[in-house]
Amino acid sequence: MSDDDVLLQVDGVCKNFGEIRACDNVSFELWPGEVLGIVGESGSGKTTLLNCLAGRTEPDSGLISYTNRRGEASDIFAMFEPERRMLARTDWGFVHQNPRDGLRLDITAGGNIGERLMMVGARHYGNIRGEAETWMNRVELELGRIDSLPRTFSGGMQQRLQIARNLVSGPRLIFMDEPTGGLDVSVQARLLDLLRELVRELNVAVVIVTHDLAVARLLSDRLMVMRHGAVVESGLTDQVLDDPQHAYSQLLVSSILQV
Amino acid sequence: MSARKRKTRHDDGETGYNFAYLDEQTKRMIRRCILKAVAVPGYQVPFGSREMPLPYGWGTGGIQVTASIIGRNDMLKVIDQGSDDTTNAVSIRAFFAKTADVATTEETSKASVIQTRHRIPERKLRADQILVYQVPIPEPLRFLEPRETECRKVHAYSEYGVMQVKLYEDIARYGRITTAYAYPVRVDDRYIMDPSPIPKFDNPKMDNSPALQLFGAGREKRIYAIPPYTTVHSLDFEDHPFDVETWDEPCGLCGATDSFLDEIILDDQGGRMFACSDSNFCTARRADGHTGQFAEDPIEESRKGEPAHV
Amino acid sequence: MVTKQNTQTMIDVSGLSKTFVLHTQGSARISVFEDLSLDVAAGECMALDGPSGAGKSTLMRILYANYRIDQGRIEVRHEGEMVDLASSAPRTVLEVRRHTLGYVSQFLRVIPRVSTLDVVAEPLRALGTDEAEAHDRARTMLARLNVPERLWGLAPATFSGGEQQRVNVARGFVAELPILLLDEPTASLDAINRQCVMGLIDEAKTRGAAVVGIFHDREVRDAVADRVFDMRETLAASGEAA
Repeated sequence: MSDDDVLLQVDGVCKNFGEIRACDNVSFELWPGEVLGIVGESGSGKTTLLNCLAGRTEPDSGLISYTNRRGEASDIFAMFEPERRMLARTDWGFVHQNPRDGLRLDITAGGNIGERLMMVGARHYGNIRGEAETWMNRVELELGRIDSLPRTFSGGMQQRLQIARNLVSGPRLIFMDEPTGGLDVSVQARLLDLLRELVRELNVAVVIVTHDLAVARLLSDRLMVMRHGAVVESGLTDQVLDDPQHAYSQLLVSSILQV
Repeated sequence: MSARKRKTRHDDGETGYNFAYLDEQTKRMIRRCILKAVAVPGYQVPFGSREMPLPYGWGTGGIQVTASIIGRNDMLKVIDQGSDDTTNAVSIRAFFAKTADVATTEETSKASVIQTRHRIPERKLRADQILVYQVPIPEPLRFLEPRETECRKVHAYSEYGVMQVKLYEDIARYGRITTAYAYPVRVDDRYIMDPSPIPKFDNPKMDNSPALQLFGAGREKRIYAIPPYTTVHSLDFEDHPFDVETWDEPCGLCGATDSFLDEIILDDQGGRMFACSDSNFCTARRADGHTGQFAEDPIEESRKGEPAHV
Repeated sequence: MVTKQNTQTMIDVSGLSKTFVLHTQGSARISVFEDLSLDVAAGECMALDGPSGAGKSTLMRILYANYRIDQGRIEVRHEGEMVDLASSAPRTVLEVRRHTLGYVSQFLRVIPRVSTLDVVAEPLRALGTDEAEAHDRARTMLARLNVPERLWGLAPATFSGGEQQRVNVARGFVAELPILLLDEPTASLDAINRQCVMGLIDEAKTRGAAVVGIFHDREVRDAVADRVFDMRETLAASGEAA
């Protein structure tokens, strides 16, 4: 597959929860290596959309098509479940806001990182261990903590462990749901910096949901502003933030507190 | 359903129970489940577990399987931790003697049905024998994945990496795989199965065994099976291959060096001995003239080697 | 001052209109440009001139595709082809920025924890230059702009205005892109550093870069600009409420 193939093609995705429109006719394309930010206030449908994209929630209508490494595009909800689950633990990653949702808390850090490797058939302990060590380093976790349980880690460390656990399989697409939410500011800065570097280095595409526009500006190439389940504006990140067109985007941008 | 009326055999034993306690419809249901379990080796087949006249955890699953397969001409052996004479073994043997009036034995080679808790007999089983395991927790993923729906998908799609994570954790924490019993196996290159809490020492005996092996979990309502001559592979890593326990000394009673040994505390002075967990195996060896260090009187023997203090 | 003949057009803006609609302030409409056109050739420096509020910075941001427009075309020469930024997909715009368009803003956007050296090397890294070479060239550029070496390993958040501006200039010039947009690059610099920036602009022109700049400093403007684009002539009737 070349960089000229769309990685993720999203067409008219709708998802209702009873009367509530969580996703209202959302369409966009994501290209390899591109970082797309989804911003909007709580309840705007960001996370629902993310869950649809990641194959975790089936939309009521619309198409989500993923192009695999062989260049074949397929509807992720039309494929067999095992195939989708295989994608989810090899080609994709999902970084949850709460690391408890994305980590096995009673498994050591090394085991958490190694799981994806073992999932695809790694059966050499030494190699798995070596790979886990490499990733501990890359996400700036102390090597001495490789056999510690994540529950003994701070929030920032847990989040970095979650990222390592996802990146170890060399994914092409990572979904992130408020990855810096709940972290204090200095920890957040370190995490953002790390993410920025890893994303560039690995050329991995990212869909990141956040309500923090500063996070969106730092990480994403493009932005989609959501409100009431619909995309009200999208474009280059700096365009949307510096010259917002839609009334809601303007409100959002003008509501940022200056430090 | 056959139109032929089945005569209720009130003359089976003294109690007036149906043959082997369970009613015939229940046995049919369980036999169907057993057939399915044999057809899909290692797959946990749900079944309608019945209330038995003993508590869950005492072997209700194994008893129901045994009750469904046992016939008038069978010879039953029941062991608990390898021994024929512990409470559980004695009770279950008496239960079938009473409700099915079948012959019972302690000799492995004479038995046609062997119900077991936590061991496989040392003597190699034959094609005309059936081994019935009592299983407390049939789901090997239970402590790794709490969601039942997710467990089923993991089995259905063979997403077994997470089992390997458990072994990884052992090595990471203790330098080797420390799982010593209920050691997970892969049956026929497909399903990962909990072999019930047998010591991993017994795992190799499951592989390619001529005997049919049936597993019953009464509380969890699951039956699974290993058909005769089926590959059973104990999970491991390339650089940490599966191995079994070894002991530094032979059986104190029969001198065996190839059996699973229990440690027996002899006194409060630190005296101890090791003896075969399989009591029938040990007895048979001693009858053949093999003896161990403690064969005469274990407690006397253990004092001989000690300095005369106190 | 040399005016080159028959040089390639690098920037070609035509029929540009831009209106700000302030939804949060009673939907006030502020029209900035109507039907603005300009072009800049390779090796040429054009200074935007006009009073405060004439839209110099707005035009600059439009040229960088940072602001959107209502009408018109913003064509730049990217790898030999004219590309209209106004109608291009975001990924194309990013590609053009990476390879063609350099932008030195008045203020440095500081990223926590990223060292000055990495800030300056980043445009090169984005083009695929390996880390060692990118750092080498970044060091050369920082030295040239008299940024003290002891600061290179630090994040520029705490630097003085002049230091931050020089870091920003270094970052803008290090990749030697074909088009440079300079928004008051010398505003808070002393005489020596101003000279230094003027030298960089001259070199850029010599290698054939097209430069568009806002120069508050008349001395700088007279020294580097080949042409002056008078914004007063293009100023649309502004401030009319909708």
